[in-house]
Amino acid sequence: MTDAIAVSGLVKSFGTSRALNGLNLTVGTGEVHGFLGPNGAGKTTTIRVLLGLLRADAGQVRLLGGDPWRDAVRLHKRLAYVPGDVSLWPNLTGGEAIDLFGDLRGGLDRTRRAELVERFQLDPSKRCRTYSKGNRQKVALVAAFASDVELFILDEPTSGLDPLMEAAFQQTVREVSARGATVLLSSHIFSEVEALCSAVSIIRDGVTVESGTLARLRHLTRTSVTVEAAEPITGLDALPGVHDLVADGTRARFDVDSARLPGVLRHLAGFEVQALTSHPPTLEELFMRHYGEAATAGAGR
Amino acid sequence: MSAYAGTGRLIRLALRRDRVQIAVWIVASVALLAAGAAAVADEFPDEAERVTALKGAGTSPAVLLMRGAPVGTDLGALVNFRNYAFMLVLAALMSTFAIVRHTRQNEENGRAELLGAGRLGRRAGLTSALVVVAGADLLLGAALTGTLLGAGLPADGALAFGAATAATGLAFAGLAAVAAQLFQSARAANAFAATAVGVAFLVRGIGDALGERAADGIQVTGAWPSWLSPIGWGMRVRPFGEEAWWVLALPFALVAACVAVAFALAGRRDFGAGLIPDRPGPKAASRSLLSPLGLAWRLNRGTTLGWVIGGALLGLGIGTLGRTVNEAMSGNTGATELLDQIAGAGAAPLVDTFYAAMMNVFGVLAAGYVVQALLRLRTEEAGGPAEAVLATAVGRVRWVAAHLACAVIGATALLVLAGAGMGVADAAVGGVTGVDPLVGAGLAQLPAALTLAGFVVLVFGLLPRLTIPLAWAGLVASIVCGLLGEVFALPEAVRDLSPFSHVPPIPAAEAAAGPLVALAVTAAALAAAGLALFRRRNLAL
Ligand SMILES: Nc1ncnc2c1ncn2[C@@H]1O[C@H](COP(=O)(O)OP(=O)(O)OP(=O)(O)O)[C@@H](O)[C@H]1O
Ligand SMILES: [Mg+2]
Repeated sequence: MTDAIAVSGLVKSFGTSRALNGLNLTVGTGEVHGFLGPNGAGKTTTIRVLLGLLRADAGQVRLLGGDPWRDAVRLHKRLAYVPGDVSLWPNLTGGEAIDLFGDLRGGLDRTRRAELVERFQLDPSKRCRTYSKGNRQKVALVAAFASDVELFILDEPTSGLDPLMEAAFQQTVREVSARGATVLLSSHIFSEVEALCSAVSIIRDGVTVESGTLARLRHLTRTSVTVEAAEPITGLDALPGVHDLVADGTRARFDVDSARLPGVLRHLAGFEVQALTSHPPTLEELFMRHYGEAATAGAGR
Repeated sequence: MSAYAGTGRLIRLALRRDRVQIAVWIVASVALLAAGAAAVADEFPDEAERVTALKGAGTSPAVLLMRGAPVGTDLGALVNFRNYAFMLVLAALMSTFAIVRHTRQNEENGRAELLGAGRLGRRAGLTSALVVVAGADLLLGAALTGTLLGAGLPADGALAFGAATAATGLAFAGLAAVAAQLFQSARAANAFAATAVGVAFLVRGIGDALGERAADGIQVTGAWPSWLSPIGWGMRVRPFGEEAWWVLALPFALVAACVAVAFALAGRRDFGAGLIPDRPGPKAASRSLLSPLGLAWRLNRGTTLGWVIGGALLGLGIGTLGRTVNEAMSGNTGATELLDQIAGAGAAPLVDTFYAAMMNVFGVLAAGYVVQALLRLRTEEAGGPAEAVLATAVGRVRWVAAHLACAVIGATALLVLAGAGMGVADAAVGGVTGVDPLVGAGLAQLPAALTLAGFVVLVFGLLPRLTIPLAWAGLVASIVCGLLGEVFALPEAVRDLSPFSHVPPIPAAEAAAGPLVALAVTAAALAAAGLALFRRRNLAL
């Protein structure tokens, strides 16, 4: 089966500034894929190229097996999009906007629509001009998730939602994922991505800096370890793969490259360990490492 | 914190946003007036010629309606007669659009909210808008006075001309400030304020058309209706006649009252809201909304009905004047010449020449409607819902075509009903022109109006970020080159650039298929080119 999204070497410039600079992105069919990057990294631009709203300057872009620029209308029947900044028609009601988007996409499921309106606690009889940012987002989410499509492209869909609605959103994504749909989720909320996504891509300045399943990414990076022993712990600083060591007699705190963890544990076994905690890096830590490196690299230039 | 805190900052911001727009408006006004004054000096150097022309004009209600009341026979008076009313309209439009831009439009797109968070007084927004527009009006008035002085005209008249233009602009700034508080969208506020300018022009025109002629057979004093209109007040200052300076007090009184009302309204409503609260609407869409065409119609419905009903009523009103015109003008060559200048018809029944000239005005109205309707494409694209719509299974061509179809249908309805209204009213007062020829005359304007539709689609495809100013500039240019080309003494080649220069003056002349077909083909070609470009370009979100 082909991948739902396959982008390689994507370049997109606006005038003289390069927004995307050889970006790669692969989203397998049925995957919930997190799309991360600092502000201005190029997430929205990538998504707009995927939707055929912007034209790629160079690179390969395949979406559901087709060309998003040439086959836009045909492909759009099979996907639903929630923009980052939802703009609606001031004079239409929320219910009308939901039906309109659903119908223009090729029809929506009435019972599913009713269920989602209920779940997101949306009043569909209000004029769109009176909705708050969060409520406008709910309109777009209901319209998208009430459509029976294969692919959902969501650009920061929860940036205006309260925690209760965030939970409703996560439940809904799990439901569509369970029936086999693919989801591309651009987000700044790590807990959301960790909860929902099986794979992530991290981009920076228009290039992909990290991509893969969360498990693999974790393996590639460091684990934080805190250890307490009955006797003073020595020799850790000489071990390969140990970083940021803070040793204090019988206690030590350090990070270790995940691949080197077995060796470190063997070394610690000689010290009558009384307590040991280790936790894999959080997504936030993964992200901050790339972001932090960028910041230091930028400062060094 | 004072209610006016931050006004200075907002003024600087507004000036930065507006520097090009206001400059263009003022420079264009100056250029037109300079050309108009030069044309008068060129065409009518002798008093005798001016007397002949004005004597004819004074007896024709139609000419008085379009131009104003003659105030004398010297050069300045003729410049007043030919250009003054148009200058007043320009000042009024410049002021209304600018006020709405800096008040309701700011609020609507959230700019004001962003600014409001940073130490701004409640009254800062409206105050800064009024200060900026008052400054622009003052500048415009001074520039016009300077232009007239430069043309060697008397200082008193030049000063009155400039001062009254500035004061008229201010009066409409006040009206627009109130409209911006009442309506929830900038679009509705703009439409209301622009309609107010049109109505004020017409009410003034009716006053002048019914005016009384002085013993010299030239000067006309408008009848009472012109006191009801701020543009009428401007006319009654009578620059280059016996200037009535005290009339200038009226626009200032109006602007003071309007500003007080606007501040009272602003203090009473919530941010972003209008005074008319929203009621809940349907929970689900009706079938008729669920297509690109249904959506386009829904978005254009209000505007279209407004224009069509307005056009029909105006048609009825003009039809009732037909007989009066015929009686007043028979045997009057001066008036006929002036009408010919507008309509370009040869020796036809006078009333038909009159109708042909009026139909030209409807052609312009239809073009204005079409431009306004199609500019929705751009407002939907720029930060609007078009991104989400074009990410559904709606292709770009289908999306534009839906809006284009609405505009064509609306313009057709406007012109047919205007012609029918004229014909029905003409028959009711005993005229013989008939409904069919006038409906035909209305339809003859359609290709010209649609040429502007094609132009808008072309600039939308080619230069999306400049679509709005270029579209309006195209409309103004085609009016100036087409309808006013003679007044401003533009060369033939320049006049031919306007689609309105090619419309046969029906019913005064036979309908000629050639130019109409050529216009229709041009319109279609422009639209097709615009569509092809739009399909190939990035969305400019
Ligand atoms: N229409 C445009 N014209 C010029 N530059 C643009 C345009 N759209 C985006 N850019 C630039 O391209 C870069 C990528 O922007 P993009 O919106 O894709 O970032 P993003 O990752 O979505 O950021 P955020 O997290 O803030 O939403 C930015 O530097 C932005 O300024
Ligand atoms: Mg973005």
